[in-house]
Formats: sequence, structure tokens, C-alpha cells
Amino acid sequence: MPHTAPVNDWASDFDVLDPRYIADPFSIWDDLRSSCPIAHTDRRVSSWLPTRYEDVTAIAHDIEHFSSIRVAVIPGVEDDGEEDGDYNGPDLEYGLPPISADPPLHTWTRRLLLPWFSHRRVESYIPMTRQLCQGLLDGFADTGHADAAADYAQQIPVRVIAHILGVSTDMSDNFTLWVRDILEFADDPERRQRGAVGLLNYFVEQVAYRREHPGDDLLSELLQTEVEGKPLDEGIILGIAALVLIAGVDTTWSAIGSSLWHLATHADDQKRMVAEPELMPLAIEELLRAYSPVTMARMVTGDVEFGGCPMKEGDKVLMNFPAANRDPDVFDDPQTVILDRAHNRHVAFGSGIHRCAGSNLARMELQVALEEWIGRIPEFSLEDGKEIAWAGGQVRGPRVLPVVF
Amino acid sequence: MKIRVDPDKCQGHARCYGLAPEIFDVDDYGQASVIVDVVPPELEEKARLAVANCPEYAIEIIRE
Repeated sequence: MPHTAPVNDWASDFDVLDPRYIADPFSIWDDLRSSCPIAHTDRRVSSWLPTRYEDVTAIAHDIEHFSSIRVAVIPGVEDDGEEDGDYNGPDLEYGLPPISADPPLHTWTRRLLLPWFSHRRVESYIPMTRQLCQGLLDGFADTGHADAAADYAQQIPVRVIAHILGVSTDMSDNFTLWVRDILEFADDPERRQRGAVGLLNYFVEQVAYRREHPGDDLLSELLQTEVEGKPLDEGIILGIAALVLIAGVDTTWSAIGSSLWHLATHADDQKRMVAEPELMPLAIEELLRAYSPVTMARMVTGDVEFGGCPMKEGDKVLMNFPAANRDPDVFDDPQTVILDRAHNRHVAFGSGIHRCAGSNLARMELQVALEEWIGRIPEFSLEDGKEIAWAGGQVRGPRVLPVVF
Repeated sequence: MKIRVDPDKCQGHARCYGLAPEIFDVDDYGQASVIVDVVPPELEEKARLAVANCPEYAIEIIRE
């Protein structure tokens, strides 16, 4: 894993992979918001880091100046090119639409995906998700300790996503490895390529299989979909499938893990969640606000001045939704988790046309995972002397979270 | 009380539906709509909650 040089000036030389940023980005954002609300760095590639809600949402809505064709926070996989490694599938010239697309490609590919994540469809995934959580809890609830990240949070979204894609949950550990390679270890060319090639080659095989053996899953439906009288390009199908897996695993797992970390370290909130189950819908949103896992990126389409910053064509803008969600101009007492916060226009799932297509699913998984955990393990705390490990960059959340109960 | 969702602003966060399914629905493509002609008095507080939680500022009260 390449290591990063220490940061001395966050306003002009920030690094989202700096260990201090991964451990506690909140105080860094607070300092920046009051001194230099849009920070800059030349590390890896010229990148801007807005920290105010108003700026982040304005950029998200300005699709003319800020394109989604480069959305990785750490330049890597999307810049590598498919000629690298042992990838043996079709050209992914459009990346992973709709996340990596602007209109019009974004518009029609997003419409293919959205019904799979509508609130009605997501409700039908609740029983399997609940059963899955109960099965995981059966494995450790009687032992008095667990790694709430690796033994629980990490195991849930990957299996729900596999079910939706129509691929085997036996592959869950491989999926997790590949997705972590791509997102968490994006700064390591060997790992990110291992992840991208492994994942794409797997889907090439699956697409070939589904062509012969269609089921009632997302992959099969995409293979049968026609747009303007023509079947979908296989590169688009692979891009969409890869997106669903990449975007649906690390993100929700991080939200579940961060929420369990919060409850493990805040006994009052833990008691309140147990005593007042009707709080759950508001509490979920508040935990998503305070511990928003996902930062995205945009690419500047042409030289433009934004918020007094001279942004150049090709620069990255890091869509700092997590910092926007802690902006005191929009949220009262933003550093405090208030489980029944009534005014909460958080943008954990983004803002504008790229609002997370899987937000209904993520919210359901987080709610079911917390309900089942609290139902079985109402009192828990961090295990003394054991270290917690956080990951950051594009997706922030705990990777090792030892708890006792 | 009468409220409306601006279809051009709505991006399908579904926060309104989550908070007040008696007042809102969201279609398969994420478009929210108001399913009551007039918000009954006992649901007015929920309607205000939905307004205050929409990340796109897409819900407006058109008559108190």
C-alpha cells in the first residue's frame, strides 16, 4: 500500500488518505469551512474539496460544468484502461453507467436500474435481509464478543446485492475482496487492477451464462432489454452490473458499521434506541447524516471559477457530502447525533440527478441490520484494548470493530 | 393544508414517503407525488416534517 506524505496544510495540500483524515475528518472540515471552504491539492491529480453544504449541492446540480465521467475520488481504475491486466471482456467505454455518465446516457441507463430499487421492490427484500441478519447473529450472539464490522456489517449488503443480481452468494467473499481492492485500495495499482479484472471477468462469465439460462434477476432483464429496437451493448450491461456490486457493498456496510460504532460508544443513544423503537426511521437518517460514508467526484469540464477558486478543465472536485452534512449553517449542533432530529435535509445519498439509485435499499438494510442487532444484543460496548480500524477515501467506515456484550 | 411536490426538483430521495406514507407516494422511477387532495389536520405536522427533510427543497405548502 503506497503511503502518503504527512499533510502540513489542509487548505492547499490535503490528502483524503492521510491517516488523520481517515480517523477524524470532522475537525479538518470544520477548520476548512471557517478558513478556506474549498480546499485544493495537487496530490495525485489537481483536486478541490468543498466543505460547505451550499457549495457541494450547487456543484452536484451544475452538470454542465461538473461532469460525472470521472467519479473516483482516488484516480485509479477508471484511468487504467482495459488493455491492462487479464480482462477478457468487451470495451467499457462508458464506464459504469449511470454513475459515470452525464445525460443523455445517464438518463436512460438510470431508468433501467431504478425499478429494481423502488421502495416497493425493496420491501420485498426485507424478509431475506432479516433472515440473513438473524443467521449472522446466531453465529456469535452467545459468545459475548464479535467484530461488528467483519462478522456482521460486512456480511449483509453483499448477499442482498448478489440476490438482486442473480449471482451466487457463495461468491460473497470474492465480491468483498474485489470491491475493497477497487475502492479501499485504489491507491495501489496492483490491488485495484486485481479487483477490477476479477470482478469484470466474473460478470463476463455470468452474462454468457444468463444469455443461455435467463432468470428473474437484474442481469437477465438487462440482457432482454431493448433500447430503440436494439439490444443493449454488452459493455453497458457489464458496466451496470459492476456498478450495482461496487456501489452496493462497501457503502452500506460502512453505514451499518459506523452506526454500530456510534451505539457502542454512546450508551445513552443505545438505551434510547432500545426503549423507543418508533425512533428508528428518524434515527437512521441521523446516523446517515453524521456518518455519511460516501464521497464522490466530478470532473471540471472547462476552466471555471467557482466560489473564488480557479478550477481548470480536467480537475477533480471531491463531492464532500459527509462534510456538507456537518455544516453548521444548515444543521443545528451538527457534531452531535440527535436521534430524533426533525430538520434533516442530509445529502448522504448525494444531491441532484445522481442521487444514489440504491438509497431505498441502503436505508432498508441499515434499518433491518440495526433492528436485528439491538433485538438480540441490546447492550454492547467496544472491547477494551482492542484496536478499531477505519477505512477512508471514497468510502469511510470501520473495517475492524471489536465489541463485547 | 394543501401541498405539492415540484416534479422538476424531486430526485427520488423518498424522504417524504418514509416520513409520511399517508400523504406521499413515490413511483418506480423515484418521482414523488402527493396522494391526498387536502392534508387532514392530524397529518399536518407530518407534512411539515416532510417539507423540512426534503434534500431537494421540492415540497411546498401551497395553502396553510
